[in-house]
Amino acid sequence: MTKVTLTVNGRKMSGECADRTLLSTFIRENLGLTGTHVGCDTTQCGVCVVHMDGKSVKSCTILAAQANGSEITTIEGLSKGDELHPVQAAFKEHHGLQCGFCTPGMVMAATDIIRRHGGNLDEKTVRAELEGNLCRCTGYHNIVKAVLAANAEMYGAKQAAE
Amino acid sequence: MYETTYHRASSVDEAVSLLGKAEDGKFLAGGMTLIATMKQRLAAPSDLVDLRHIDAMKGISVNGRSVRIGAGTCHYDVASSAELRAVCPALCDLASHIGDPHVRHMGTIGGSVANNDPAADYPSAVLALNMTVITNKREIAADDFFKGLFETALEEDEIITAFSFEAPEKAAYAKFANPASRYAMAGVFVAKNGGDVRVAVTGAGSDGVFRHAGMEQALASHWSADAVAGIHVDAEDMLSDLHGTSEYRAHLVKVMAKRAVAAAG
Amino acid sequence: MGVEGIGARVTRKEDKRFLTGKGRYVDDMVVPGMKFAAFVRSPHAHAKIKSIDLSAAKDMPGVIDVLEGKAMQEDGIGNLICGWMIHSKDGSPMNMGAWRPLAYDTVRYVGDAVAIVVADSQAEARDAAEAVVVDYEPLPHVTEALTALQDGQPQIHPEAKNNLIYDWEIGDQAATEAALATAAHITEIEITNNRLSPNPMEPRAALGIYDTAEDHYTCYTTSQNPHAARLVMSAFYNVAPENKLRVIAPDVGGGFGSKIYIYPEEITCLWASRKTGVPVKWNSDRTEAFLTDAHGRDHVSQVKMAFDANNRITALKVETTANFGAYMSLFSSAVPTYLYATLLSGQYNIPAIHAEVKAVYTNTVPVDAYRGAGRPEATYLLERTVETAARELGMSPAELRRINFIREFPHQTPVIMNYDTGDYEASLNAAMEAADWNGFEARRAEAASRGKKRGIGMSCYIEACGIAPSAAVGSLGAGVGLWESAEVRVNAVGTVEILTGSHSHGQGHETTFAQLVSERLGMPISNVNIVHGDTDKVQMGMGTYGSRSGAVGMSAIVKALDKVEAKAKKLAAHLLEADESDIVIEDGQVKVAGTDKALQWFELTLAAYTAHNLPEGMEPGLKEGAFYDPSNFTFPAGCYICEVEVDPETGVTDIVQFVAADDFGNIINPMIVEGQVHGGIAQGIGQAMLEGVHYDPDTGQLITASYMDYAMPRADVLPSFEVSHQNTPCPGNPLGLKGCGEAGAIGSPPAFMNAVTDAIGNNNLTMPATPQKVWEAVNRI
Repeated sequence: MTKVTLTVNGRKMSGECADRTLLSTFIRENLGLTGTHVGCDTTQCGVCVVHMDGKSVKSCTILAAQANGSEITTIEGLSKGDELHPVQAAFKEHHGLQCGFCTPGMVMAATDIIRRHGGNLDEKTVRAELEGNLCRCTGYHNIVKAVLAANAEMYGAKQAAE
Repeated sequence: MYETTYHRASSVDEAVSLLGKAEDGKFLAGGMTLIATMKQRLAAPSDLVDLRHIDAMKGISVNGRSVRIGAGTCHYDVASSAELRAVCPALCDLASHIGDPHVRHMGTIGGSVANNDPAADYPSAVLALNMTVITNKREIAADDFFKGLFETALEEDEIITAFSFEAPEKAAYAKFANPASRYAMAGVFVAKNGGDVRVAVTGAGSDGVFRHAGMEQALASHWSADAVAGIHVDAEDMLSDLHGTSEYRAHLVKVMAKRAVAAAG
Repeated sequence: MGVEGIGARVTRKEDKRFLTGKGRYVDDMVVPGMKFAAFVRSPHAHAKIKSIDLSAAKDMPGVIDVLEGKAMQEDGIGNLICGWMIHSKDGSPMNMGAWRPLAYDTVRYVGDAVAIVVADSQAEARDAAEAVVVDYEPLPHVTEALTALQDGQPQIHPEAKNNLIYDWEIGDQAATEAALATAAHITEIEITNNRLSPNPMEPRAALGIYDTAEDHYTCYTTSQNPHAARLVMSAFYNVAPENKLRVIAPDVGGGFGSKIYIYPEEITCLWASRKTGVPVKWNSDRTEAFLTDAHGRDHVSQVKMAFDANNRITALKVETTANFGAYMSLFSSAVPTYLYATLLSGQYNIPAIHAEVKAVYTNTVPVDAYRGAGRPEATYLLERTVETAARELGMSPAELRRINFIREFPHQTPVIMNYDTGDYEASLNAAMEAADWNGFEARRAEAASRGKKRGIGMSCYIEACGIAPSAAVGSLGAGVGLWESAEVRVNAVGTVEILTGSHSHGQGHETTFAQLVSERLGMPISNVNIVHGDTDKVQMGMGTYGSRSGAVGMSAIVKALDKVEAKAKKLAAHLLEADESDIVIEDGQVKVAGTDKALQWFELTLAAYTAHNLPEGMEPGLKEGAFYDPSNFTFPAGCYICEVEVDPETGVTDIVQFVAADDFGNIINPMIVEGQVHGGIAQGIGQAMLEGVHYDPDTGQLITASYMDYAMPRADVLPSFEVSHQNTPCPGNPLGLKGCGEAGAIGSPPAFMNAVTDAIGNNNLTMPATPQKVWEAVNRI
């Protein structure tokens, strides 16, 4: 057993788990944050994506022990209070979700894409960047629209502030 | 996943010492292959020694055309290094197409090369760029490093700490991705340094990554996409599976080689 | 139309919880004392079980118990059933073999469940599952349907000689043969419809809770139809009487058909909870999903289409062999019969049709309905055949279709269906215009200058949704009625709860159903709650599949709303001292038309509950229920056009344009309908370009058992889609709806394949058109 301490969504959280426990399992079962999902066994579907120390990672392929000491943001920690994060708002506005199961991973991936590209995104880039996230409901059409819209919103807002 | 015991090392020496005490331990780099394999219960190391927190193994330095990349550098950092792109954009491009963005945040060049998956991308770059594989014990020439599927010259307690190479005049990597897994079905890395041309192929060969002598000679005498078009790639040396017969892979190797040469300019 | 009423593009009420990680799926459920299950599964395609030794597994750390099928049978748990009786053409009933929830004598496919382990953690349960020792005697196996029918092949069930489940027919054989004999042209083609794995992103899961004090069971399950699950588990599997069994399907992460059925795992978890005294949760991993979720499609058909000298279709003859896998899944028998062959007339006036269907057992995962269920198979067969005919006849594919379109409605086809309405040419014209069909040759030439082969293909599909009427499906062999139920509860303060037997697992019912209430009662959708997915809350329902929730589910709500409205008007007339026929409900008010007399809606509803002043004989309260049984199927139809570029060097196909023109009748929320079309098209393209379940015929092992080998459509291989709607309202239901959930998956595969074969100039290509197959086809010319 290992004691794992993480800063999750800004709060320090600890738990005991077997060394073989995956970060996704730790987040879901030990911390009770079930927004992070698990949809495959081969690190491909991306429904488990969270941010670790500011970068998107697949929490199903990282041991909780590997993550020990890191800062984790999950889907539950993305929005500020009751107000949706611009990426979440764009997914709602553009119907970028249906069954909702891939959505947390998609949103966390999209947020990371926008961060890395700093506003410079087009459809082709978004589609390429979504390689690690599967959705079976939307055909990606509205997800791509939502990411581009969120990017415009966030980058536009940033420019206006400068 | 079977039970295992996790250790975190903060230095290479500590890592080696931790592994020495383990019954059947394994070094853990980014874990993008090892953890995935353990989840499938296809690997069951008694202990894992995590190398991700060894700062000395991270980072990229470029001095003139000499490049040194720490083995613990993740794919994303290789892909997005402006310094590296200035001298060897081909390697940045290769790294930017490994796995997906999330995998690239964790997976490392050292882990990939040490694992020597026949469908991994990096081994082709190590061979084609004639990298020196630097370990905690010695320096290994690229041509001596790969020993067939998942086999390398590394000893059990040997850790790759860095790679070094001279950036070539021209280089490019062209990859044909498996439609399902997105691993390379045929990945060809070409590099030209004066009259010295190296062509390394990954994903296709039944014995893992390999150099193609015929293409190297043809390109050495005439650096053009057309030069490789007439070269024979032996289907008998190729993998065959649901996604591609050996004939198809042999054909793809040629097409990817042509495209890599064209992209290298 | 109000701002949130019918036709409004409102964003979804349910989104916030999914976007903030507050969705509640089965695997998110935690109850006190809960333990975890793992199943022991057959590694063999076909084997006799000589013995099962549980002792070592029971001694493993964390193990509560390990249970096997014999004990389950001794406890009276029944075998799994197929709920639709099909008779062969000789009149004999289908030959159904036994499917035990946990096999104890014979295993018939890789993944067949043998035992269940219950342990403190999932990891420990899986450790112990490996310690169960099953002594198998491997038997010969067969995975291909055509092979399985031959003499000398392994016999999978004693009940089905040569593995033949039924040999069924429909249509007029003599008339079809006569037309073929005098045809000016016959197009002959073999059509293979590839086997698929549904792959909703949420894997299946079940949580069984047995309450010893109440002798009561609760089952949380990933189901599209929890009421049907309760009915079947109670009536056929003897888990518990219905009043002792509550089934809850909370948020469900996609279904696509695969979560209609009742699988061994949920039954076993319920039984195991009683045996162990602890709540038992099982969550499938993806490999298990590939190994056990019902697969879809898997047909091979021989087709002959006859034409007269004017290129009019005179007959269609089809012989189909359908692979059913190792057991008959819940609706499996209906899929290649009444959901398939009855659609073989397509959008065309075909005087004579005859189809024969052989259903066959093989040592593979059971096959059942998957998005479209039979209609994609029919559409693919027809649209590839018509396209081939156009090429053979030297005609434009659009023109050949156009001259054969059905133009008068209602239209009785030779294969049962009576099409109520449609305008096929409207969709064809809309699609051709959107796709700039006439400009294609210039684009082809431009692509050729870049070394690319460009092709264009269309498909004109029809499907049948809102499956029913109950009496009709009953006469065809269905074990259930296909109506839907609804209850409208108006609260004393005027807000509304709708209880529906439909189940939303991505379709957005919480929004669209509320829009209907908003339209009728003039209130914002935020005042309406949709309750579904719990047998304790909703009395009965048939669930969501076959694009039925609008046409059937919402029609039931309309009926209940009619009753609510009638009572509300009666009460208003009484309170406002007006005539009932002058009362209108709009903008949150109940008004007397043409006057300024009005009550706020909440004043009226409060009056219904205070009951101080009701008309003579009126009961207090405002709550009404209804069952709706449709009068016919509905017939969505449309035209899809796909344009591709093939790289002849690698065989890689790039979809450069995809246009969809659909007639779904009236539409409640265009945003949601478009989303359904997008997703359907992606799944159809997945089938045509990427996906295929592959068994190794030598070992019977499933090769495509993970995303490493099963190619899923990802964002970077798909284009954005151009979607438009035409509208001929359905005359058969009060809202004029036809259904939109499956059209995309039905219409897109032939459009894609017609485009690729057009691009490469070689018609000999099967789905999935992988790069290797396309490259080979390019080089076969």
